Amino acid sequence: MSDIFPKWTNRLPLMAAVAAPILGLTAIAGITYYVTPKYTRVGYQPKQPVAFSHAIHAGQLNLDCRYCHNGVESSWFSNIPSTSTCMNCHSQVKKDSDKLALVRDSFASGKPIEWVQIHKVPDYVYFNHSVHVNRGISCVHCHGEIQKMDEVAHAKPLSMGFCLECHREPEKYIRPNDLVTKLDWKNTGFDGKKAVHDWKVQPGQSCSTCHR
Amino acid sequence: MRKFLVYFLSIWALAVVTVVSVAGLRGGLSRKPPLEVFPDMDRQPKLRPQTTAGFAGFADGKSSRVHPAGTVSRESARALDETATGKKADGAWVDANPLSVTAELVRRGRERYDIYCAPCHGLAGDGNGFTTKFGMAAVAKLHDERLIKMADGEIFNTITYGKNLMYPYADKLVPNDRWAVVAYVRALQVSRLGKKEEVPDAVRATLK
Repeated sequence: MSDIFPKWTNRLPLMAAVAAPILGLTAIAGITYYVTPKYTRVGYQPKQPVAFSHAIHAGQLNLDCRYCHNGVESSWFSNIPSTSTCMNCHSQVKKDSDKLALVRDSFASGKPIEWVQIHKVPDYVYFNHSVHVNRGISCVHCHGEIQKMDEVAHAKPLSMGFCLECHREPEKYIRPNDLVTKLDWKNTGFDGKKAVHDWKVQPGQSCSTCHR
Repeated sequence: MRKFLVYFLSIWALAVVTVVSVAGLRGGLSRKPPLEVFPDMDRQPKLRPQTTAGFAGFADGKSSRVHPAGTVSRESARALDETATGKKADGAWVDANPLSVTAELVRRGRERYDIYCAPCHGLAGDGNGFTTKFGMAAVAKLHDERLIKMADGEIFNTITYGKNLMYPYADKLVPNDRWAVVAYVRALQVSRLGKKEEVPDAVRATLK
């Protein structure tokens, strides 16, 4: 009878006592690190149908964000520009470039270019662009340094914690309203606390602020 | 027990290294769409702007609709006065800005001008915006006599519908913003036409 359980099995409880916490902690560490938009979303850089460079247009040429994303101040949704916006310049600038063939086709046919959306919050989050850019919250806070990106990549997690960081302390992020699209702006002495007070900025922190 | 620890820890280490090397670190660039870990209701079959997804109601799949041919929106049908067209009832150009030209309006005009007009016409209206270095031809200089004498309504109309090589900007500037830009263009022109006597006494002494 003594052979049914070999002697080493006496140490099983001890082994389990050593292994279980290690495995448990590893699993927790793994989930904390990986199961978050900081891992799942940040760095997403899809291939776009047209090799449009924000680094050239918004960086080098210093074109204002709103030249193309012209709805951002008046709508919850920041529009992808229509092809006619590209053609405002590219009907003459680089008008025969192969890279722009799709733009010209789209302009001629009226069939939209199928850009790949990068920044997406879940459908039950009602983020409003206009209320942010009209109260001194810059594009750069959520989209990163777009003016340096040849190809746009998801830079910030856009998780609930990310939103709340700013909703709890807007004075740290707010800036003069007319500099919202100056992506490389550095704060030298702008009084965020005063702006939050004067502009009556009241970023809600209740569920229904964003989940409606 | 020691043997167990050695085996267990090596397998654990191997597993950790494998996971990290396959999954990578946070922030690494990836072409693959983000993984949605708990996808409940993240993507709902409802209409969102500029997408095709989630709605099968339109044959072309576009969620943002264009006006059907031969129709006008209720807003544009309602507002056909001078402020919306730049033309008087008899079809002649409106001579002067129908909005009251305040400092606020000119400031708004300057902001809009700098965003939408300056790329070609230049920040000061000299027709030397950055696009002219890249092949944009025949950009109007806003200080030309022809444009100084042009009626406000015609400038408004040019912004609305474009002219020659210039494309329309009606989609970027609502009518009131167009009038604001007209006011700012006038301010730019006046800045070159002013006489010394018009400068306030206090500042005149500092002029060179």
